[in-house]
Amino acid sequence: MEKIKKLTSKRLFMPVFCLIIMLIAAVIASPDFFKIDIQNGVLYGRIIDVINRGSEVVILAIGMTLVVAASAGTDISVGAVMAVVAAVTCSFIAGGQQSVNEYINNPLLGILLGILVGVLCGCFNGFLVAKLHIQPMVATLILFTAGRGIAQLLTNGQITYIRVDSFKMLGASIPGIPIPTSIFVTVIMVAVTMLLLKKTALGMYVEAVGINSRASRLVGLKSAKIIFLVYAFCGFCASIAGLINSSRIYSADANNIGLNLELDAILAVALGGNSLGGGKFSLIGSVIGAYTIQTLTTTLYAVSVSSDQIPVYKAIVVVIIVSLQSPELRKMFRRLKGKGAAQASSGKGAA
Amino acid sequence: MKKRVLAVLAASALAATMMPVTAFAGEDDLITVGYAQVGAESDWRTANTESFKSTFTEENGYKLIFDDAQQKQENQIKAIRSFIQQEVDYIVVAPVVETGWETVLQEAADAGIPVILSDRMMDLADEDLYTCWVGGNFVKEGETCADWLAKYLEEQGRGEEEINMVTIQGTIGASAQIGRTEGVANKMAEHPNWKMLDMQSGEFTQAKGQEVMESFLKSYDDIDVVICENDNEAFGAIDAIKAAGKTCGPDGDIIVVSFDSVKAAFDSMIAGDLNATFECNPLHGPRVAEIIQKLEAGEEVEKVQYVDEAYFDTTMDLESIVAERAY
Repeated sequence: MEKIKKLTSKRLFMPVFCLIIMLIAAVIASPDFFKIDIQNGVLYGRIIDVINRGSEVVILAIGMTLVVAASAGTDISVGAVMAVVAAVTCSFIAGGQQSVNEYINNPLLGILLGILVGVLCGCFNGFLVAKLHIQPMVATLILFTAGRGIAQLLTNGQITYIRVDSFKMLGASIPGIPIPTSIFVTVIMVAVTMLLLKKTALGMYVEAVGINSRASRLVGLKSAKIIFLVYAFCGFCASIAGLINSSRIYSADANNIGLNLELDAILAVALGGNSLGGGKFSLIGSVIGAYTIQTLTTTLYAVSVSSDQIPVYKAIVVVIIVSLQSPELRKMFRRLKGKGAAQASSGKGAA
Repeated sequence: MKKRVLAVLAASALAATMMPVTAFAGEDDLITVGYAQVGAESDWRTANTESFKSTFTEENGYKLIFDDAQQKQENQIKAIRSFIQQEVDYIVVAPVVETGWETVLQEAADAGIPVILSDRMMDLADEDLYTCWVGGNFVKEGETCADWLAKYLEEQGRGEEEINMVTIQGTIGASAQIGRTEGVANKMAEHPNWKMLDMQSGEFTQAKGQEVMESFLKSYDDIDVVICENDNEAFGAIDAIKAAGKTCGPDGDIIVVSFDSVKAAFDSMIAGDLNATFECNPLHGPRVAEIIQKLEAGEEVEKVQYVDEAYFDTTMDLESIVAERAY
């Protein structure tokens, strides 16, 4: 009993529990959910789809977690930044043409340029939030609105295709390696961020700034600098996610790349048991949250729910998970349980 | 900010054009046509605008006053009022939304200017407020697609065989999604051997189309036909089919068809991946010109007029068709 209590009181218990429940539901709905074969030399199966397709949201959620923790606000521009990065990279590689069958300019240079622009977008957000003290949602609303317009301008309003096999590798797989490339990228992103946060004091700084930025400044932390850095890092995460997404469709589709993904990333942070009010955070929690969302999406496809009802099912599951994690609701349950127990004992006394 | 600058520019441009137009309208025998366009949100829309601009030229005897409403109804209403003030001969509107047009159309009717609707319908209590509507027919596109499939399967000697189909739908609620789904469903009844295994939304995007197809391929072993409600979804579906170790196109295991006929769809057909694509024709200009000529001659015109819509499959000379297409 003691052990169970200890387990349930762990911070990550609820997110992990929710993911396990989702996976069990997935297996019930589609019994071959965990079946993995090899097709064309690449792992193939629904669970692989979940891990593969979840990559973008996981990577966005890493950046989003830090932004939420340090600034108690969300970066709603990440989806649009993904589109900008894809547009910069693709239009550079294609040399301004609409569809190319070979690289016109160096693809690595294009990718680096894309990442640079993504980080600059993050820096812009960071500058507005950290230096000018604009509310994070308002500050990032600028790029949220303008980002896709910029991407449209870069691509002349057309979808820019890069029909070269090596450009597809990031979103698909590298010949000879059975695991989809995006999974590697995700693991590296998560691992490096974890190491940076745990092995240096950065993680603690971010939490300290998020809990009380003025107090942190008084003890000698440069709050503004840390907030600026997390936004820049969030821009970097958005660039990587944008590149993966662009490689999947070997093109830059300014209207659709990263559409609504900022919402999934924020949801992943919340499902991971993180407070959107900033302060203490769990990166792994957000990662688990992101995979929970993707499991839900993939399962709903598998059970062939009609498309117009999918949002309803998603909403129901999210409401359940979020309320399960709400401390207030848990307190209410405990009170009810206490009352029930009291009534039971008083009833016994009367008998 | 960008929008505001544009609005100011548009307003000043409008003010600038107003003067000379009112001055010259009566002087020559050009037919003045005001076109209130939705905006420039897609390739389709751009091609539609281009079609009007290239049809209503001075050589053809027209003067076109073009207004881009940037997806805002109030801009369109303003544009129609300015057309009325400029005493144009005809007003063409591609309405942004269906409702809220009574007042301004009444003003046009009082001024005696016929109004022709393009592309989208208006929801009006009094249908006499507009002369006619010109546009595509999504239901018919769906039916054409099903007829093409029937003929294709017949030619392959699979006319009586059990055919398993899946549909990757468009964004749920979009008129293209509703119409195309309905059109295919209408014809399904004629083919009892056709079985629609599943329908999911790919939200008109390549990435979602791929994700949905990945799932379909794991749920069903023997899919014969994939119907994608736009071309982009088909590109994603084709990638998913290949990743699953199957083949598609005219020489493959799975037949893939799609709608819209964008340029990339022709590339895909030439590459042998896509079987056919069904057009959603944006070139409304010539049909509207035809109607105006009839009205000028005092003839009656039909209230609802569909533009001609073609389809393209791999048996055709696609390379030369692509070279000729404007979009």
